Amino acid sequence: MASNSGTDGRSQIRRRVGLKLWLSAGWLGVLVLAALLAPWIAPQDPLAQDLFLGRLPPVWQQGAEPGFWLGTDSLGRDVLSRILYGARLALIVALVAGSLTCLIGASLGLMAGFLRGWVDVVISRAIDIWMAFPPVLFSILLIAVMGPGLVSIILAIVVIDWTRFARVVRAEAMAQGAMDYVASAQVAGRGRVSTMLTEILPNVLPTIVVLLTLEMGIAVIVEAILSFVNLSISTDDPTWGGMIAEGRTSIHQAWWVLIFPLVTLFLTVLSFSQLGEGLKDRFDPVLR
Amino acid sequence: MSFLKITGLSARLKGTAFPILRDVSLEVAAGEVHGLVGESGAGKSMIGKAVLGILPASVEITRGAIELDGMDLLSLPPAERRRRIGATAALIPQDPLTALNPSRRIGPQVTDRLVDILGWPRARAETRARELLAEVHIPDPERVMRSYPHELSGGMRQRILIASAFAAEPKLIVADEPTTALDVTVQKQILKLIAEMQARHGTALLFVTHDLGVVSKVCQSLSVLYGGKVMEATTVRDFFRQPAHGYSRALLAATPKYTDPAASLTPVPDAVIAAVQAEIAAHDRSLRHG
Repeated sequence: MASNSGTDGRSQIRRRVGLKLWLSAGWLGVLVLAALLAPWIAPQDPLAQDLFLGRLPPVWQQGAEPGFWLGTDSLGRDVLSRILYGARLALIVALVAGSLTCLIGASLGLMAGFLRGWVDVVISRAIDIWMAFPPVLFSILLIAVMGPGLVSIILAIVVIDWTRFARVVRAEAMAQGAMDYVASAQVAGRGRVSTMLTEILPNVLPTIVVLLTLEMGIAVIVEAILSFVNLSISTDDPTWGGMIAEGRTSIHQAWWVLIFPLVTLFLTVLSFSQLGEGLKDRFDPVLR
Repeated sequence: MSFLKITGLSARLKGTAFPILRDVSLEVAAGEVHGLVGESGAGKSMIGKAVLGILPASVEITRGAIELDGMDLLSLPPAERRRRIGATAALIPQDPLTALNPSRRIGPQVTDRLVDILGWPRARAETRARELLAEVHIPDPERVMRSYPHELSGGMRQRILIASAFAAEPKLIVADEPTTALDVTVQKQILKLIAEMQARHGTALLFVTHDLGVVSKVCQSLSVLYGGKVMEATTVRDFFRQPAHGYSRALLAATPKYTDPAASLTPVPDAVIAAVQAEIAAHDRSLRHG
């Protein structure tokens, strides 16, 4: 027992890290497939209304109709099909808004943290001022001005959330910049920008990856919030937030209209954050 | 002729009158090993950093000149200064644990300077890097080149840093307390290695340390610093035989002796500190009025 406890402990850690990574990546993989293949695998037309089929329960309950696996909402639209189509918007927003936010925020944070001086002063003050705005009101205001639509949602997320990256990356870059290897690179005649890209960036990258996946989760939530208050894309198109908003009104008669999109949203956001943690454990050079 | 010549170098904390260096002058001849000794905060590391152009952003040089190989560094534009320092000087840093980039393999970190400074092709630089690692007694250089820093011990990393400092055959190396972060047993080996490499390559060395024992083993001349001011600059021989300055004498007396391990430690007496501080205050006054 005692003779092999050391190696046992180590392999257990590794297995748990792997499991977390696989579960979250698996769920997101399923979601991506669902979004891509929605027209072929969705059992019903997500927009088709039929008031005679309104509020059908999921298949395992009394009174269900075959073909409507997760039941229908009050207008008779198939919940499963709408979740599948809703994944499209959620994933597009997660990928595009997440990456853009990451790119802008991380670049500004890296420059502020490593170059310091007036660059840092300008960026840091901008972050301070930005963070004084209440984010949800800010995004609603933005969309009210720009008009609802996919581009507006993405812009709203980028404009609000870049500070999240900038702050953390700035702190990391400052810590790395104080290390002796940076001094050595400078003594060797490396320029500031080259040092920043070859010495600092690779060491900040694990943090950026974690932030990026967290941000993708947050983007999905923000999109759902905006759909919930009817500021996302047109109300006909299926969105998880929109489904939750509709399900809320009939929670006592038809719980499934609210619960299924809610669980999907929850699992997706959780998977994004766990994916980030898992990737970090895997690729951090010191933990590896 | 001296290879490194610092004249009247003064520096202060940016935006304040707080002095970091006070009118420091010193000379290091080609191939000479010069020790910079003093307590923490005496400014010894700052001199090394000023020479290499890596002073913290919070410190500014107010007066003085640093001549490296006959060229006044402070009068050069920054890019040209960086290039010149890179081509003639190198650093052996204090803490080997933070002096290698944790996310890059050892190989490129050693070859970088050969490629950057000497403009060698990568393949040639790699061959040379393997030779250098062998020269600092690293077993299996091939494997080490492919390793990440965290896979190696502190002593190994310091050897690698020494190898990469000597890689581009600099004329001057600043060793910033190169043994402070290491175990006592490893310290001795590293010290021996630095002395060995220095002798073989004929490199001038600016050796920053607070350990007079190290100075007596490695250096030929030294400067004693207190409060950013040079108290005494002399040869190691004269320093240990007949220290001229009161502070030097007190510092020597405060060094524990191997021959008498039971003796209690003697701190530098308050009277000596007071005298030194009075001397610095007088110096500051003379600057203000002169």
